[in-house]
Amino acid sequence: MGFLDYFRSEKKRSASLAKERLQVIVARERTNRGGADYLPALQQDILEVIRRYIAVDDDAVRIQVEREGDCEVLELNVTLPETE
Amino acid sequence: MARIVVVTSGKGGVGKTTTSAAFGAGLARAGYRTVVVDFDVGLRNLDLIMGCERRVVYDFVNVINGEANLNQALIRDKRVEGLEILPASQTRDKDALTFEGVESVLNALAETHDYVVCDSPAGIERGAHLAMYFADDALVVTNPEVSSVRDSDRVLGLLSSKTRRAEQGEEPVKEHLVVTRYAASRVGKGEMLSMEDICEILSIDLLGVVPESTAVLNASNAGVPVIMEEKTDAGQAYDDLVARYLGEEREHRFLTEKKGLFGRLFKG
Ligand SMILES: Nc1ncnc2c1ncn2[C@@H]1O[C@H](COP(=O)(O)OP(=O)(O)OP(=O)(O)O)[C@@H](O)[C@H]1O
Ligand SMILES: [Mg+2]
Repeated sequence: MGFLDYFRSEKKRSASLAKERLQVIVARERTNRGGADYLPALQQDILEVIRRYIAVDDDAVRIQVEREGDCEVLELNVTLPETE
Repeated sequence: MARIVVVTSGKGGVGKTTTSAAFGAGLARAGYRTVVVDFDVGLRNLDLIMGCERRVVYDFVNVINGEANLNQALIRDKRVEGLEILPASQTRDKDALTFEGVESVLNALAETHDYVVCDSPAGIERGAHLAMYFADDALVVTNPEVSSVRDSDRVLGLLSSKTRRAEQGEEPVKEHLVVTRYAASRVGKGEMLSMEDICEILSIDLLGVVPESTAVLNASNAGVPVIMEEKTDAGQAYDDLVARYLGEEREHRFLTEKKGLFGRLFKG
């Protein structure tokens, strides 16, 4: 690999890194869109309930609505702390 | 009845006003009665870009408040037959545009024009919402840069939910992607998101790609819509864009760099 090529491949990564990050954030923001204004509050409430029993991180609860045909599915993911 | 076209972006400074002026002038040149409406209350810039700032007497808010009628506020362009602008107010009151006021002004303009082009302010707040609410078509202006693309996606979400067409269950607002400040040489080096990348992420129809060009600054210095500068790359890109909007097929001309001597020497 030549001297100039070295810089070129660094830069290649720059645009494709931008693209990858955008794809992830845009996909996430799209699923949070569409009417479910109550989701952040629901997420917070669930987090509080879980914390009555287990100490979890602030971002331990992930919540999203998936559309499957005519019905909507509320998907809930809770990450528990690692046990030693 | 006119078609109402909003030029919007979310992110500021990406080229909405430049695009509104060029697009409006292009439609008028093609023979359509066109009015460009400045929704950027408080900042008012369209008049400068279109070179009629010294002829502003009344503005959009004066008309809404009944202090002037529409004909007193509309400014006729001196160069292009059939082109008018409705300037924004410089009031600091952000609530000066009312929903009912905007609706009645747009309805009146729609009766006497073929196209009403709405130059949206940046952001996704009230002003931007009002500018897009009554639209039939949207030009979503995007720069090849992460925050601009993300904001455009948010704006697409709003266009499909918070507009009159969406709320009344009509055919959705027709969305067109306009990529501006495109630097083909930087895309070639992998430093900048390419047109394909942006289209893939946003998945809407590409209407035009406008290159990063010194012609835009020059045209704004002179108060001439850049589309009037027919020898320039940006002027030609906007001319293509308007022709495509009106249904003509035209190739995208500015996606690859014209290599100068320097570029050819270092071609890898
Ligand atoms: N294709 C281009 N090449 C070079 N410069 C450009 C191009 N398009 C726009 N600009 C410059 O970018 C700046 C912002 O443009 P413009 O005012 O049209 O953006 P805007 O989206 O209307 O901004 P705002 O959000 O503040 O209303 C201006 O200085 C303009 O000259
Ligand atoms: Mg502007």
